[in-house]
Amino acid sequence: MTNTETASLDLMTLILNIGLPLVLSLGVLYGIKLMSRVKTAVKGNAISALCMLLAIIYVFLRTDVSGSLVYIILGLIIGTLISIVIAVKVKMIQMPQMVGLLNGLGGLASALAAILTLLSGEAQSGFSLVTSGLALAVGALTFSGSMVASGKLHGIMDQKPKVFPGHQAITVLMALGMLVLIVLLPVTTGQNAPFCVLLSVLGLLFGYFFAIRVGGADMPITISLLNSTSGVAAGIAGMALGDILLVSVGGIVGASGLLLTQIMCHSMNRSLSAVLFGKAPDKSKPQEAKAHTEAKAETRDEATPADPVAWLEEADSIIIIPGYGMAISQAQEQVKTLSDRLEAKGKSVRFAIHPVAGRMPGHMNVLLAEVDVPYDKLFEMDAINADFAKTDLAIVIGANDVVNPAANIAEGTPIYGMPVLSAEDARRLMILNFDTKPGYAGVDNPLYDGAPNIHLMLGDAKESLEKLLKGMG
Amino acid sequence: MSGLEIILVLVFIVAALLGYKLIGAVPSLLHTPLMSGMNALSGITILGMIAVTAYSQSVLARLVGMLGIIAAVINVVAGFGVTDRMLRMFKGGKEAEGKGS
Repeated sequence: MTNTETASLDLMTLILNIGLPLVLSLGVLYGIKLMSRVKTAVKGNAISALCMLLAIIYVFLRTDVSGSLVYIILGLIIGTLISIVIAVKVKMIQMPQMVGLLNGLGGLASALAAILTLLSGEAQSGFSLVTSGLALAVGALTFSGSMVASGKLHGIMDQKPKVFPGHQAITVLMALGMLVLIVLLPVTTGQNAPFCVLLSVLGLLFGYFFAIRVGGADMPITISLLNSTSGVAAGIAGMALGDILLVSVGGIVGASGLLLTQIMCHSMNRSLSAVLFGKAPDKSKPQEAKAHTEAKAETRDEATPADPVAWLEEADSIIIIPGYGMAISQAQEQVKTLSDRLEAKGKSVRFAIHPVAGRMPGHMNVLLAEVDVPYDKLFEMDAINADFAKTDLAIVIGANDVVNPAANIAEGTPIYGMPVLSAEDARRLMILNFDTKPGYAGVDNPLYDGAPNIHLMLGDAKESLEKLLKGMG
Repeated sequence: MSGLEIILVLVFIVAALLGYKLIGAVPSLLHTPLMSGMNALSGITILGMIAVTAYSQSVLARLVGMLGIIAAVINVVAGFGVTDRMLRMFKGGKEAEGKGS
């Protein structure tokens, strides 16, 4: 081989190994940038998808796949067919569990890639052994954690947080165990199989223990954290395999999930560690909240029962506050109809969206977008909270903790300090909730205590809304 | 650590920082599609899956590889698919009225 041939070969390798991954990574980043505005978001998603397609083609160019071509092609075809069915069939209401499920599959793939790397003897250096072990552990915990979260959201597992005796100690021990195994991997040469088994088992158990203790309002945090770990698993698997594109995209996803997690934690005024290792909400505390609100309860107006339809007619400005209850009873169509009817009468109708309303970040926005509520009518908490005082009527639909004023006053309760929507500042408040039981946080809501300007409509949100719509004629 | 290994770790950190910065600009309105789009991107692990399957020698390893590829493809294709569906639902005031709903 002459010198020039070597040089051009080197240039090709350089372009293939560094240049293309760089271009595709930048493409992904550009796609994400477009995701920050509604108008460009569809294009952004398409660009990310295109980069992924090019990346897959690039792997075929770079790797000699001839030996396993049938298996690879078959895998690609089967996976694509299943995906098409999923992407078309899944209902918007099932989106949280679908995101969880898909996320778990990504974790599974990273774990399997790590296992094959360890068992095939591809991983030789200490670096690739350690990163393979790490990718296996993180991938496995992402898989089992996501499956548990998805199962809970889908209702095939008990949604309540479940805490085992010594829960925290067990999870810490398992995490330590995994670390020790990973560190030992490069020390014990050629004995990777038992490590694979142990790391898989520990990783799966850790994910299970991690997700089983989470429920209700902590779900958005868990889902976005698992989203982060699936990216981290992919990135570390990329380190083990020496694949720069895998590393960079994995890093992007890992960071994005972490940022979303932080945003969620911030909105709930909870630290991440409190969600991960903290106690499930303490049910012995609610009495404190009660004490604060008893005085208010005495002002109960028992003379004339409020006429909710008249309240709707009399109000000029209205803010609707949707919560997870709207999702459960699938009342978003009725909410849209109500808002349309009110607007047809010349009233102003806006929506106030609490950052952690629902079971995943931005859950309410998607449900309302599905029924064609224009997104410029949806307002974030900080943008609309001050306006409640100037509003004639606030309508809460299946939301509890996110409007609970106890969060401002009841020290020592799990939601104390959590920023909430000031629904009680509106001149009148209508609450369409299933019952008056405390929300997930277990704190009694003083809004239920029957102040004269608050009307409660208990029962299924959809039925309550139908009643209102009927009443309006 | 060799040169390549150091580069890999650096790439991971730089990518994470860039992603962190870009995602901070996404409004909470779009957090669900963002998360599901990121989720689809995490299926990038399909690259690794294809590579290790290609290197695999035994039938068992290739079958495991195939399973991983199926999982990763579902993650990617279904992930981008549902994200696209969600994003298309978001409409501004005029567009939503234009649909005559």
